[in-house]
Amino acid sequence: MKDIRQILEEKILVLDGAMGTMLQRHKFTEEDFRGERFKDWPTPLQGNNDLLSITQPEAIKEVHKLYFEAGADIVETNTFSGTTIAMADYEMEDLVYELNYQSAKIAKEVADEFTAKEPYKPRFVAGSIGPTNKTASMSPDVNDPGYRAVSFDELKIAYKQQVEALIDGGADILLVETVFDTLNAKAALFAIEEVKDEREIDIPIMVSGTITDASGRTLSGQTAEAFLISVSHIPMLSIGFNCALGANQLTPHLEVLSQKAPFAVSAHPNAGLPNAFGEYDETPEQMATQIKEYLDKSLVNIVGGCCGTTPEHIEAIADLVKDYKPRLVSVAV
Amino acid sequence: MNKESVRYMKLSGLEPLVITPESNFVNVGERTNVAGSRKFLRLIKEENYEEALSIARHQVEGGAQIIDINMDDGLIDGKEAMVKFLNLIVAEPDIARVPIMIDSSKWEIIEAGLQVVQGKCVVNSISLKEGEEEFVKHAKAIKRYGAAVIVMAFDEVGQADNYERRIEIAKRSYEVLVNKVKFPPEDIIFDLNIFPVATGMEEHRKNAVDFIEATRWVRQNLPHCSVSGGVSNVSFSFRGNNVVREAMHSVFLYHAIKAGMNIGIVNPAMLEVYDDIPKDLLEYVEDVILDRRADATERLLDVAETVKGSKKEKTVDLSWREEPLQNRITRALVKGIDQFIEEDVEEARQNVDKPIEVIEGHLMTGMNVVGDLFGSGKMFLPQVVKSARVMKKAVAYLLPFIEEDKGTVTESNGKILMATVKGDVHDIGKNIVSVVLGCNNYEIVDLGVMVPPEKIIQTAIDEQVDIIGLSGLITPSLDEMVYLAKEMDRKNFNIPLLIGGATTSKAHTAVKIDPQYKNAVVHVNDASRAVTVVGDLLNKRSNQKYIGDLKENYEKFRDGFLKRTKQKEYLSIEEARKNKYKIDWTTSEISKPNQLGIQVIEDFDLEKLLPYIDWTPFFRSWDLHGKYPAILTDEIVGEQAEVLFNDAKILLNKVLNERLLKGKAVFGLFEANTLNDDDIEVLNGKGVFSFRTLRQQLKKHAGKPNFALADFIAPKESEIQDYIGCFCVTAGFGTEKLAKQFEADHDDYNSIMIKALADRLAEAFAEYLHENIRKEHWGYANQENLTNEELIKEEYKGIRPAPGYPACPDHLEKLTIWELLKVKENIGVELTESLAMWPAASVSGYYFGNQEARYFGLGKIKDDQVQDFAKRKNVSPEYAQKWLSPNVIE
Repeated sequence: MKDIRQILEEKILVLDGAMGTMLQRHKFTEEDFRGERFKDWPTPLQGNNDLLSITQPEAIKEVHKLYFEAGADIVETNTFSGTTIAMADYEMEDLVYELNYQSAKIAKEVADEFTAKEPYKPRFVAGSIGPTNKTASMSPDVNDPGYRAVSFDELKIAYKQQVEALIDGGADILLVETVFDTLNAKAALFAIEEVKDEREIDIPIMVSGTITDASGRTLSGQTAEAFLISVSHIPMLSIGFNCALGANQLTPHLEVLSQKAPFAVSAHPNAGLPNAFGEYDETPEQMATQIKEYLDKSLVNIVGGCCGTTPEHIEAIADLVKDYKPRLVSVAV
Repeated sequence: MNKESVRYMKLSGLEPLVITPESNFVNVGERTNVAGSRKFLRLIKEENYEEALSIARHQVEGGAQIIDINMDDGLIDGKEAMVKFLNLIVAEPDIARVPIMIDSSKWEIIEAGLQVVQGKCVVNSISLKEGEEEFVKHAKAIKRYGAAVIVMAFDEVGQADNYERRIEIAKRSYEVLVNKVKFPPEDIIFDLNIFPVATGMEEHRKNAVDFIEATRWVRQNLPHCSVSGGVSNVSFSFRGNNVVREAMHSVFLYHAIKAGMNIGIVNPAMLEVYDDIPKDLLEYVEDVILDRRADATERLLDVAETVKGSKKEKTVDLSWREEPLQNRITRALVKGIDQFIEEDVEEARQNVDKPIEVIEGHLMTGMNVVGDLFGSGKMFLPQVVKSARVMKKAVAYLLPFIEEDKGTVTESNGKILMATVKGDVHDIGKNIVSVVLGCNNYEIVDLGVMVPPEKIIQTAIDEQVDIIGLSGLITPSLDEMVYLAKEMDRKNFNIPLLIGGATTSKAHTAVKIDPQYKNAVVHVNDASRAVTVVGDLLNKRSNQKYIGDLKENYEKFRDGFLKRTKQKEYLSIEEARKNKYKIDWTTSEISKPNQLGIQVIEDFDLEKLLPYIDWTPFFRSWDLHGKYPAILTDEIVGEQAEVLFNDAKILLNKVLNERLLKGKAVFGLFEANTLNDDDIEVLNGKGVFSFRTLRQQLKKHAGKPNFALADFIAPKESEIQDYIGCFCVTAGFGTEKLAKQFEADHDDYNSIMIKALADRLAEAFAEYLHENIRKEHWGYANQENLTNEELIKEEYKGIRPAPGYPACPDHLEKLTIWELLKVKENIGVELTESLAMWPAASVSGYYFGNQEARYFGLGKIKDDQVQDFAKRKNVSPEYAQKWLSPNVIE
């Protein structure tokens, strides 16, 4: 298979869309989440989407399949919360390896099927590494700003487990995403570097931050450029932004990355901002129109969707990007 | 220059710092260094971190672009102090915007520091002093943590103290770092050792010149790296004479910068502007720095005596202290500066009649500015929290005066319950609102995250709170909030409800939540706004008008919003009827009940109900989640569940043995047919009654019908006689008396228990009776043999929907049931004004016997059906609208 780095020089790659949005369509019940295996699990499991890779693997496969069919080059594993830290709510810390391994395995199987069918368009699996539900540089207790609910070492250990399982399961890429606290991401990257060293392997790394609101900063307060600088010590395949904002609102921050980053630039925005009912209602056409601006300005190398996006959105994006050349990645100043 | 040769050092705090040739000189703040500042050392020793932070803030305000933090002192735990201080700095956005220089001679302190800072730091420092192996090891770690590094001109032999040694060590260090460690050369900063001049010792004469020349060599020969140094060292021999020291620093920097020094640790308050140095002094100082004359030191010493007295104060910009009082208070709140807040608040207090007015006036004015800035994205979360802390301090100062003023103990302004709703774990916003309100003298009852609605309701009742604040970040939380508003309404709450959190919006609040609740529902989109809103809501003089205005405002907003919102597609009632569920009446099996008419069960033996009890909801009512009987062996709640279950059984036995509760039922089976699609005409022998059923109107996928309960009864025109039943059971008589007895004994546990048990018995009674209806009284299922589990899963044939529940959410039909069965006369169960049953532990509903009958949810209906319903029922459209409103699309 062709190296993804080489492909990136030739074309704009398409990342998949939302997993959660697709899974919601199934309206899985508590029992569905539990399956036979976890029917007596002590905590409620509904909402533990990562678990569906074990209890409803066909549904997960189907989502991957739909995205590949829509034209995605890369799909993300169903492992956004696959760390002992994020799984603690469900008391599923001990299942972290299996969750990540299975999720990667499922995605890889689907990717391999498609690659075999269309060898001219190899498909890749990005192991999704979420931010966890704790922040290493902010205190959850406003009365005690010096307090931290999680330490760098705790995060690093948790991420390392996830990374090893994702690699064992067959992930081609590691995607540290939805970074709202850069310190969490640094711990993840630290863990990845350790695994790379220990296994003497090189696996491409994508990093994607989240600009949370009108302040134009991450939740932990960094500007786009400060975020870029804070993770640039890692040899990344790409850096970008995802979630929280729609494609339009993301543009100025992508411009910063595009100008400054000596890596490929990725974007997977939400399908607009949530409407009053918390739903994302931007149509594929509306979203594609905004993505077109990225392409006209040559801002990105990888583009896909986050919350609220569907195979239809990805199809619209895939249709669009095939006519464009990728942003030129150079050693930026 | 080709691209490869342009590699700038890039650092970051919350904001970037890119050091380019145009950057001039990057100034590192040095006062947060226990080795360099006695005051800072004292503050850290005393653990006065608040004031220690203000030193850091002054550094940044004074122009430091990086702040150096050093905790190396024998009497403090350097690692702990470093981590603690860095964590605190990160919470101060106006300090944390600049990159941090983690300064220590101990590796463990450096590493601990690197683990708590998100931005790209500078490590100060490493060197070849302990040998190359150690040097490489630390450099590799620093690279992995993503920091730049200062390399001291120091090796196994010692510190470089002349030009040649500086070059030798810098070159060797650079080669090891770049070639062996693959350390990015632009992230290397050499500290080439600034040593004092004018010490009187001959060998020190060239200290400054050697540094300057070595700097020039490094910048020309070691690509991309930077050069730094601690400037104040150079003037060490003039301690006590700041005029001379400041001039020496300026002169030294002037020449070192020209040679290529681009970073330095220097106290900006100890720096004269080069052009402002008097010409004569400048000449003497330059002679010393540049080693231009043999007698340079003596000449400078002579001059130093004459300028000593003219020492001038240089501090951070405090000109804002000259501004009017309100400006100062506002600035203190906006900037989070608590240093002067007490004196400002005191001044404000002198100006007002009542100390409380300072809070309501000066401080609130400032907080409103904070709110506006936050709302427009010009301030972000941590800053608001800081503002809150200043506010807290101000309020704390005022409290004794307020108490004195009242002559009594201060009461809080009000009690506010805060909770993140069920299923949601995000609480940053909620905590902030809590803090901000707390420091405005509101008592906060914080229930934390994932709070079940029952708990919110119960706590609000128990604690008699004045306001409930709900928060949520994920979208399902929106529904929880609507539910809570409904519950508050159902429970007749009369306190305002605040809605906040990332996915909430004024539109959702206005459209979905506000209509559910009769009192005020306010969407508060940021923490600082909460204070004003809460103040207005609880202001006894004006809150009625405020709440009235709010409701009106939300209603208007709602109307405006709905006009431009495209909703789901709904069918007209006529179209929906055309798409009704069609039973093939020619083949459908209809059994005539064995016994038509009404029957009353006066004093039912409740013991018969034991096998029919569904215990799962009982545990849920006690917040123990899990299915019975598995819950009894549950790893987490099993023990509690077991204890509760035993207590329940004890009370239940007592109730059964002593017949403390009375079970009664009335039910009837009647001839019935559907009329005009949606009405069910019922004959009880004496007259004709009609149940007006409601039909789903949401446009369905092809092939899916729009259900109404009437679909399950044969239409009149089919000329097939069909039947319907209805019932009311109760196990509630006696509950109230027992509960009161328990309460009198302060036994709340059993008071709740008895109610929970009565509810279970009533449900079990409904289940029992339904089974008897199926098997005997109606008799269409006389072969049925289901276990209790199967009954709970509703695996029987036929249904017993209850008015007020999804298939027939309209409570009004209860009135018809009451009339038809003479429920009140027969068994004494009454309907309240809101059509709730009394005693509460009662269940009423219909029986549909057709095997195609199924449970469904009505969903939303359109106004045309409301109008039609009113006409059929012969009531006013307003009356119909009132009762159906929860189901009518807005």
